[in-house]
Amino acid sequence: MNEDPYKVLGVARDASQDAIRKAYRKLAKEAHPDLNPGNKKAEDRFKTISAAYDIVGDADKRARFDKGEIDASGTARPSQQDFYRQYADADGGRYQSSAGFDDFADLSDLFSDMFQRSGRGGAAGRGPRQMRGQDLRYQLPVDFLDAVNGAKRRVTMPDGRTLDIAVPPGTRSGQTLRLKGKGMPGMNGAPDGDALVDIQVGTHPLFERDGDDIVVELPISIDEAVLGGKVAVPTITGKVSLTVPKGASSGQTLRLRGRGVPAGRNRAAGDQRVKLKIVMPAAIDDELETFMKSWRESHAYNPRAGMKE
Amino acid sequence: MGLTEQDVVAAVGEISARRLRMIVRRGWVRPQRRAGMAEFSEADVARVRLVYLLTEKLEVREEDVPVILSLLDQVHGLRRALRNLGRAVESQPDEVRARIARTFRDLDRTN
Repeated sequence: MNEDPYKVLGVARDASQDAIRKAYRKLAKEAHPDLNPGNKKAEDRFKTISAAYDIVGDADKRARFDKGEIDASGTARPSQQDFYRQYADADGGRYQSSAGFDDFADLSDLFSDMFQRSGRGGAAGRGPRQMRGQDLRYQLPVDFLDAVNGAKRRVTMPDGRTLDIAVPPGTRSGQTLRLKGKGMPGMNGAPDGDALVDIQVGTHPLFERDGDDIVVELPISIDEAVLGGKVAVPTITGKVSLTVPKGASSGQTLRLRGRGVPAGRNRAAGDQRVKLKIVMPAAIDDELETFMKSWRESHAYNPRAGMKE
Repeated sequence: MGLTEQDVVAAVGEISARRLRMIVRRGWVRPQRRAGMAEFSEADVARVRLVYLLTEKLEVREEDVPVILSLLDQVHGLRRALRNLGRAVESQPDEVRARIARTFRDLDRTN
């Protein structure tokens, strides 16, 4: 390993430690033997890159190298590194996945046969110890509306299998779904483990959840507040028409029965609560102002009469 | 005889017992269990090193680790199958091997 470490990493002699680290990371991602199974050149290249980074990746060693105190070969490399790829076939290829053959419909018998045989070879000699498969835990983020209305999700697991998850209507953050038999396989005829899926529910710009009710704030105009009338309200299943009563106030809450979280086992559907909020027009025109002035003369009222000091 | 959790932490040198347990909990490394205790093989240890390489040295995001592991496991599965298929072909009489080689080249050209 006598090559100039700066050249190997493709950085200037005055590059920052951070720039050197980034350059190393980029090259290692390309050349690491575990990311290039079976490629012999990758191992040599990776060793060169590692040796270079061993010197200039460390600020002290780099300074000594720059002063000529150590040369490009002057570092003790750990003599041998164990790469995962050397073990990929160990234990009967326990981690290997045959998912890559799933679409070989016409050849699947040939290949599945091969995999079964190799699997049996790996387990031989261990004795018929029965053991239930381990449970596996996953995190699943779910949109607000999908959690409320229920949804189906397909996720890919670390071993390449896919898992179909039915998120039931009304699912809450922190709830865990258990999928029987979708964990690690059991040994020697013991049952498979379960998959445990932790749900995290996102937020929604309009809707909030309060128990089984959905709460939404609905802006209305002053004329709608005074005269009442029908307005469109978003609900978790689309828009519905709501009658605003004559003389409605900000903060008043109207209830849409059964429009909240849908009914489930042992649970009735929730309501949607609509909280009204009167919004003034963008500008108060003369006509409105004149009208209000004359209206006040004969109809003044005190909405704060009930407030105690 | 397998290695215990402490053995693995000592062997890898740069990970904590807590991190090791997390790697196992996520199913990235799957040791055998004996009397409730995790028992790691040499291959398991090498795989712990691989996860350490990805997340610490190459700064791969945690959520991308299963993607990489899944692809690697598929590559190793395919390589093993291909290697064994090659060996099976290798052990055939010359005439059969020549016929397979010819068919292979034809398929390679057309598919």
